[in-house]
Amino acid sequence: MRAPRAGLRPARPPRGSRTETALASRIEAAWAALDAVPDPEVPAVSVRDLGIVRDVLEHGDGIEVVLTPTYSGCPATEVIADSVRQALVDAGLGPVTVTQRLAPAWTTDWISAEGRARLLAYGIAPPGGAAAVMPGAPAAIRIRPPGVACPRCGSGQTERLSAFGSTACKALHRCLACREPFEYFKPI
Amino acid sequence: MAPPTALLSLPAGAGTSSITLQLTPPLRYVLRIADTCLIHAQRLAEWCGHGPVLEEDIALTNMALDLLGQARSLLSHAGRLEGQGHDEDQLAFLRDERDYLNLTLVEQPMRRSSAHAPGGDFADTVLRNFLLATWLKTLWTRLAASSDEALAAIAGKAVKEARYHQQHAGDWVLRLGDGTEESAARLRAALDRAWPYTHEMFRRDAVDAAAEAAGLGPGRDALREAWLAEVAAVLAAAKLVLPADTPFLSTGTLGRHSEHMGFILAEMQSLQRQYPGGRW
Repeated sequence: MRAPRAGLRPARPPRGSRTETALASRIEAAWAALDAVPDPEVPAVSVRDLGIVRDVLEHGDGIEVVLTPTYSGCPATEVIADSVRQALVDAGLGPVTVTQRLAPAWTTDWISAEGRARLLAYGIAPPGGAAAVMPGAPAAIRIRPPGVACPRCGSGQTERLSAFGSTACKALHRCLACREPFEYFKPI
Repeated sequence: MAPPTALLSLPAGAGTSSITLQLTPPLRYVLRIADTCLIHAQRLAEWCGHGPVLEEDIALTNMALDLLGQARSLLSHAGRLEGQGHDEDQLAFLRDERDYLNLTLVEQPMRRSSAHAPGGDFADTVLRNFLLATWLKTLWTRLAASSDEALAAIAGKAVKEARYHQQHAGDWVLRLGDGTEESAARLRAALDRAWPYTHEMFRRDAVDAAAEAAGLGPGRDALREAWLAEVAAVLAAAKLVLPADTPFLSTGTLGRHSEHMGFILAEMQSLQRQYPGGRW
């Protein structure tokens, strides 16, 4: 499995005694299982790649997974909680509880490098690096948003067709070079 | 008509009777925001399948979905604040008209073909969405520092969504206001219709004073300066002049609504009233 990344994963529990090692591996097994849970609306990436798994905790026999929703009204939120629960039960880690944590709010900055690469390979332009979280930014009007590189041919000559797309998290763009439409994962 | 039992499961003991809340000032404060999001979402969703262009159909319903999500979080929180075990569904569907505390502006008809209403123009939708997204963005920004941690968390997420809504609506204000003679005239008319209702967005009362004293959130009057600065800048770019203020003051946040509210609630609540506790 991949190593935990700074800022995304909770610190591993200290190793040493036999019990602590067992606990670490159980939590690691849970993280590994989460690697295989796809986002229901963007199945190219896992829920872990998306950065919506905030924590995995062990309570006695059970495992608690803490998720953060992407958008307030994202209809996938409940499906994701169910898939996560099922994946961990299937991995023999149950009983599993899934809880929600709102703060700090999810940002596309939490999508992992692997997740961005998978989005790109899937034909979705990944979100810009630093999310559009600029407190006090007055930009209320942005008829022509900055160009987004085409995920197919790499050209920067693209334009936005629609600010909103097939899911809450995406906008629709098109490439003026290769003429292909593509989706853009909006930075928030 | 027989209930579609294959689609709906009905828990035993559920009733259709209305719930009544014990409204404390903090609960009123949260419900004013929750209900504004809820009813605004309901109006935007009326565009589903009727947008002037496909992209806008998708945009309006996407924004409705964000607002509905915000309303759900706030209503769940209001239920916890009340402490009587009411959940988001009961709060959304089983209150009577006078217990809804949304701004009157959001209940005004949006579409020309809205049932039971003469309705407006796409320009009304664009303009109202812009005025409200700017108001909500200003409010969420301040609420992110609320002494109520749950409210602060909801606001921290919602502010990102409101910012995107404001940009989108601002684009349209600019397009229509600085567009053709026809689009500019219709946007001006929409602005004149909406403007009198904006006073309620900044009308301070005892609920605001209590919220401010407790650190729960800003009084509505404190939002006006930031709101007006952003609204005026976009309207100026769209070559629109701010309308003159009028003495009219709407009272939805006090539970006294316009004639349109009952029709919205009838549509929103009919399923839960006919099939109590029904779930998809």
